[in-house]
Amino acid sequence: MGVIGQLPQAWAYLLQHQGRFLTLLTQHLQLVIVSEFLAILVAVPLGIVATRRPRGRAVILGLGNVAQTIPTLAIIALVFPLLGLGFLPSLVGLFVYAILPILTNTVTGIEDVDDSTIEAARGMGMTETEVLRRIQLPLSLPVIFAGIRTSAVVNVGTAYLAFFIGGGGLGLWVISGINLYNMPQVLAGAIPGALLAISMDTGFALIERRLSGEGV
Amino acid sequence: MSMIEFDNVTKIYDERTVAIEDVSFEVEAGTTTVLVGPSGCGKTTTMTLVNRLEEPTEGTVYFEGTDVQALDPIELRRNIGYVIQEIGLFDHMTVGENVATVPDLKGWDADRIDDRVDELLELMDLPPAAYRDQYPPSLSGGQRQRVGVARALAADPDVLLMDEPFGALDPITRENLQDEFLDIQSQINTTILFVTHSIEEALKMGDKIAIFDVGELVQYDTPRNVLENPKSGFVKDFIGADRTLKKLQVTMVDDVMEPAGPERRGLVDSVEAGQPAAADGGDLVPVSPTDSVQVALSRIIQAQTDAIPVVDGDDVVGVVTESAIRDHRAHGAGD
Amino acid sequence: MTVSRLVSFGHLAHPLFVGSFLQFAVDNAGALAHLLVQHIVIVTQAIVLAVPIGVLLGVAITFEDRIATVVLWLAGIMMTIPSIALFGLLIPYFGIGKPPVVVALILYSQLPVVRNTYIGLTQVDEAAISAGRGIGMTRLQRLWRIRVPKALPVIMAGVRNAVIVLIGIAAIGAFIGAGGLGDFIFDGITDANTAMIVVTTVVLSVLALAFDYVFAVIEQVLRLHNGEDVDLLFPIRVARSVNS
Repeated sequence: MGVIGQLPQAWAYLLQHQGRFLTLLTQHLQLVIVSEFLAILVAVPLGIVATRRPRGRAVILGLGNVAQTIPTLAIIALVFPLLGLGFLPSLVGLFVYAILPILTNTVTGIEDVDDSTIEAARGMGMTETEVLRRIQLPLSLPVIFAGIRTSAVVNVGTAYLAFFIGGGGLGLWVISGINLYNMPQVLAGAIPGALLAISMDTGFALIERRLSGEGV
Repeated sequence: MSMIEFDNVTKIYDERTVAIEDVSFEVEAGTTTVLVGPSGCGKTTTMTLVNRLEEPTEGTVYFEGTDVQALDPIELRRNIGYVIQEIGLFDHMTVGENVATVPDLKGWDADRIDDRVDELLELMDLPPAAYRDQYPPSLSGGQRQRVGVARALAADPDVLLMDEPFGALDPITRENLQDEFLDIQSQINTTILFVTHSIEEALKMGDKIAIFDVGELVQYDTPRNVLENPKSGFVKDFIGADRTLKKLQVTMVDDVMEPAGPERRGLVDSVEAGQPAAADGGDLVPVSPTDSVQVALSRIIQAQTDAIPVVDGDDVVGVVTESAIRDHRAHGAGD
Repeated sequence: MTVSRLVSFGHLAHPLFVGSFLQFAVDNAGALAHLLVQHIVIVTQAIVLAVPIGVLLGVAITFEDRIATVVLWLAGIMMTIPSIALFGLLIPYFGIGKPPVVVALILYSQLPVVRNTYIGLTQVDEAAISAGRGIGMTRLQRLWRIRVPKALPVIMAGVRNAVIVLIGIAAIGAFIGAGGLGDFIFDGITDANTAMIVVTTVVLSVLALAFDYVFAVIEQVLRLHNGEDVDLLFPIRVARSVNS
C-alpha cells in the first residue's frame, strides 16, 4: 500500500526537518488564527447589522452567497494583483473567504429567535440594544459558533494555497513534495494540517455542545 | 382619576385595515377589565396601545392622566407588566433571572432584586428554593405561565397587561391558574387589563367587561349587567344560549341564601357536628357566602337534596335552597 | 508596502486596466473556451460517478444509525484534508493529470451528497410513513414511494453544493496537470500576468454562479413538484407565465 507504507518515512522526514516544520507550522497557524479572528470581528457585527436593516440584509446576504460560490483559488489568486505576494496578502485572502459561514450563521441565528420571546422582551421595556445583548445574542450563540467552526476548519485547508502567493505555511512541503515526487514530504506537510483541522473541529464541537446544553 | 383612558381611539394598519374604531372607555385603578371578543375584533390591538407597542392613528390613550405619546415608551413599558399567550420566557436564563429582568433593567440593587424574586415566586406558588435556578424548558406549561406572571409583576407595576395568558394551557391547568390568579388579584392592588376570546373567562375574571365586535366597543359593563342587559344581538349571541347558567356563575350565594329555619334544624345540626350527610348517603359539602350560585346548585343536585347549608368559617350562616335559586332566576331581568 | 497597495487597489477599475482585461479575453478566447470545456468535463465525470455512489450510500446508512454516524463522520473528515494534499497523495496510485483529480473530486463530493440524502430520507413526515405502513407497503416500497420523492429537493440541494465545491477544487487540480481553468490561474501567478489572473478568475466564478443558479432552479422545480411553498425564481416565473 504505497502511501500508507510511506508513513514511517514521512515521520522520519518530519523529525529530520523539525526546525523547518515548526516554522511552517507557525506560519500556517498564524495565517489561520489571525484571519479567523479578524473574520469573526467583522462578520458578527455585519450579521447583526443585516438583521436590523431589511435592505442591507438582502445586499449583505446576496454578496455573501456570491462570495461563497466563488472558488477558493479564485479569491486567493485575485489577492495577488491587488496586494502582491506575502504574508499580509495571504491573510487578506483567507480573511475574505472565512467571513461567509460566520455571516450567514449570525443572520440565521438571530432571526431564528422566537418572535414571542422578542415581543415579551420589547413589551417589558428593553431597548433594541438590550434586546440584542440580553436576548438575541445569547440565544443565537450556538448557531454563530457553528458558523465559526465551519469557517475555521475550512480555513486550515485553504491556507495551504497561501503558498502560491508567498504566504508560507505547510503548503510549501505539499507542493514541493508533488513537484519532486517526494511522497514522504507531501505526507509530512498534509497530515499535520489534517490533524489540526480535525482536532479543531472536535474541539469546537465540544464547545458547541456545552453552549447548546446550558439552558436551552 | 382613572388609571387608563381611551378617548375616541382609532387604529388603522397600512392605511387599509381598521383594527379598532372610535373606542372610548375608562379603567379605574385597582380594577380588572377584560377585553373580550372573537378573533380579529381588535382587543389585542387595544391592549397594545397602552404600552405603546402600537400607536393610535386617531384619538388619545391616557395613562395615569397623561397622554402616552408624551411618555418615553421604554420607561412606560418598564412600569407596565406584560404577559402574552406564548409567554416568551427567556430560555437561556434561569427562572430567577427571568423574573429579575425588569428590576435589573431598572438598576435595583442585587439584594432588593433577590428578595423581590423570592417574594414573587412564593406568591406564584413556586417555592424559590426549588424553582429559582431551573430553566424554562424543564417546566410545565402551567409553571411557565406562572413564571411569566411573576416576571410581569417583578417591578411592582401599577398596571398589568395580559394577552390570553391562559390560552395555551389545558382546561384543568387553565382553571387552576384562573382561580389562583383571582386569589392573587385580591392581594395585589394592580390595575389589570386582560384580553381573552372566552366569554366564560371574561365573566369569571373581570370586574368590568369590554366586548368588542370587529373593531367596535359594543358594551362596557359589569359581568352582571352584560348578562342581564345585553345591548345587542351580537352580545347576546356572543354570551351564548346558556346565559341563564352563566348568570348563576356571577351571582353569589350571599344574594340568594336565607336564614336557616326550624325545618332545617337537622341539616344545621349535622354540619355543626361535622358530619353532614346527603340523601344518598354521600357527603354534603356546604358552600360559603362568596361561592357562586352555580356551585351551590351543582352541589344540591349532586347530593340529591333540596338545600345545602352556607358556612362562614365554622358557623352556619344560612341555607341555600333550590327553590330560592329558581325564584331568583324568575325575578332576574328577562332572558 | 501593502498599505499603499490597498489604498491604490481601486486602480484595477481604471479604464486602462479594464481595457487590458477585455483585450486578454478577446485574444485568448479560444484557449479560455478550451480550458472551460476541460473544466466542465472533469467536474461532470466526477459528478456522474459521485452522485449515484453518494445517494446509494446515503440510502444504505438510513437502515442503521450507528453506521450512519461513522460514515458521516468519515465523509466529514474527508473535507478537512487539503485538496492539494489529497491530489499529491493520490498520484502514486493514479499517476498525474486527470485521474487523481477526478478520484479526489468524487471523494470530496461524498459529504454533501451522502449527508443530504441521509437527512432528506430520515426527516420525512412520520404520519405519511405510518399511513404507508397501514396501507400495506413494505419497507422498500415506503422508501421508494414516500421517502425518496419527499427527499429529492434536499438531495438536489446536496448535489448543487457538491458541484460548486467541485468546480472550485478542480481549479486547484490544474496544478497536477489535470487541465481546466486553473491552468491559466497558476500561469498567471507565475508570470505575474494580472489580466490572465483576473479574466480567468472571473470566468471561473461565472461558471460556478451559473451552475449554482441552474441547480437552484432544478431544486425548486422538485420542491414545487412536492407542493412546497417557495418564492419563485425568475426562470420558473417566466416559464409559468408562458404556459398560462
